[in-house]
Amino acid sequence: MALLNFIPDWLLTHGPAFLMALPLIMAAITSILPNKRVAWASTFIVTAILTITAFALALYNAEVGTTVYKMGGWAPPHGISLVVDALSAPVLVLIALMSFVTVIYALPATVAEIKPNKRAPFYAAFLLCVAGLLGMVITGDAFNVFVFLEVSSISTYVLVAMGAARDRRALSAAYNYLILGSIGATFFVIGIGFLYMETGTLNMADMARILADLDGGSRVAKVAFGFIIIGLGLKLAMFPLHTWLPGAYAYSPTPVTAFLASTATKAALYLLLRFTFFVFDPSYAYVADVLMYVLVGMGVFGMVFASLQAIFQTDARRMLAFSSVAQVGYMLLGIGIATTASVGAGYLHLINHAVIKGGLFLALGAMWYRFGITRTEDFKGLGQTMPWTMGAFTILGLSLIGVPFTAGFVSKINLAGAAAGAGWWWAVGIIMLTSILALVYIGRLLLLAYFQSPPTINGVVVERNEAPLTMLVPMWALALGSIFIGVESDAVVGASIRAAELLLGTG
Amino acid sequence: MSELFSQYNYVIVIILMMTGLYTVFASRNLIKKLAGLSVFQTSVFLLYITIGKVSGGQPPILVEGGASYGTDVDGHALLEGTIQVAAGGGSYILPGPGSDVLYSNPLPHVLILTAIVVGVATLSIGLALTVRIREVYHTIEEDEIEEKDFIYNLEGTAD
Repeated sequence: MALLNFIPDWLLTHGPAFLMALPLIMAAITSILPNKRVAWASTFIVTAILTITAFALALYNAEVGTTVYKMGGWAPPHGISLVVDALSAPVLVLIALMSFVTVIYALPATVAEIKPNKRAPFYAAFLLCVAGLLGMVITGDAFNVFVFLEVSSISTYVLVAMGAARDRRALSAAYNYLILGSIGATFFVIGIGFLYMETGTLNMADMARILADLDGGSRVAKVAFGFIIIGLGLKLAMFPLHTWLPGAYAYSPTPVTAFLASTATKAALYLLLRFTFFVFDPSYAYVADVLMYVLVGMGVFGMVFASLQAIFQTDARRMLAFSSVAQVGYMLLGIGIATTASVGAGYLHLINHAVIKGGLFLALGAMWYRFGITRTEDFKGLGQTMPWTMGAFTILGLSLIGVPFTAGFVSKINLAGAAAGAGWWWAVGIIMLTSILALVYIGRLLLLAYFQSPPTINGVVVERNEAPLTMLVPMWALALGSIFIGVESDAVVGASIRAAELLLGTG
Repeated sequence: MSELFSQYNYVIVIILMMTGLYTVFASRNLIKKLAGLSVFQTSVFLLYITIGKVSGGQPPILVEGGASYGTDVDGHALLEGTIQVAAGGGSYILPGPGSDVLYSNPLPHVLILTAIVVGVATLSIGLALTVRIREVYHTIEEDEIEEKDFIYNLEGTAD
């Protein structure tokens, strides 16, 4: 590809190591930088470089196929390998891009929400979180996944707790997240321990090979799989294990909510894909059972019940948080059906939902920034007072519902098609039903915003007060991105199908 | 029953794990929950170290020039072949296949060292959060915090 000619060779060769090392190092440096714009500028530059690197690696991957970087020159399976393949490359791009978008938005948002002496540590924690997420996606070593999972989780607890300057409930939300997140990560590491007992290796490709030789392995491998599913289920907010999520999303600083909603659960979902289809294989009876009964079951329950809960929320961010749990259900349904088309659709929804939900939370953040809006009833007249913000919110909200020519439509139609193709007609019905539920909770806000006049405070009608440009640009970029995916869906759909083919070995 | 005694370390792991997990879910005091979490994580450390132990094995220490420094409990070599170590220009040999030393697997120890650091970090963040919660809510009992939040919710958050 022509674009690749502009990328230096060393970046393509050492890009994988660069992706996780740069934010790690810069997190340490950023924490001691002056609190004002310097810390922001350094974070901005780092995330911009990460985005370019991730894009370059993804393009390179599309051209030459899977690349394995040997960390420190130690060959796998003994050394740690960093793997860029069709599955990890799009998620890397997604995380880097969303961190970049969030950082632009964070410039005004942190001024409003974070105490001045905490801003540099805020950006340091943010970079640590980015490093952890990128690391857990790119690494080919199972224990390394745990380490990066914890790097990202621990920095996330700190980021969520920083919302305490705005709302004290952020503290108890962060505490709950810490307890449940740590239990999840510990379950995961127990699972890795059992897998190591079974296979004697930590390299995921090597594990996959040995497990295949053992024909799925003994009871130890089954127990390992159970622990890994529960651990990741906690991290990705699988339906009954989602209780940490609404609080963490609702009370953390607004840039953190947008970043978490679009990346943290998605990286955990990526790991779920990696473990169920790559390390383990759906051809083992116990994996097939878990896919069929646990992932599909919990996915469907999550879609219905979390959507219903979203309808009855009075806090707009809690509402979108429950909607996130419901959307995770779509992805789990796609993964659980376990055909190439359905896994591709689940993966596609992972990417699309990250763009949509990230943008929606950015718009909500801008509304808080101008008017202190958190409750749904405060949406009255926002169509007049914040037309541009509300415009982006509308586009992204319609995309969440699944209106044609938006990203949400593309992934839902693909998922419904895949379910129908596998003969799961009842699942198509559930997808329709939950889309209607999404229409109810998003439509409720849109009705308030466009068909009610702005409220009157102290006898004065609230006047138009648009969000600053640094907030509008990121949210419109995501809104237009979701339309772009809806109209020109070939690139993203192609990438998701390639990822599914890699996972199911049907390429 | 004798199987339970011969595998006593697994029994300890399971007891610790369940004790920790139960404490996390059952107690409503923030500090007690963190203590339970710590016990839960500690059980995993023990599990990993159990994985690494080879019965009769010695500590995995590099042997210079490949000279042996001991034998296993039966007094003879059980393994064949050598592992060259990259460090020291190949002058060190890991007691492994070929040396007459049976050694414990060092890898789980290294792994769990990382996990211990992670556990300490989690615990310290948890304690710091508890301090902040105590400052803001003047309590560390979850029931009272929820009660205060409930009242706070009713009053609304918009200023």
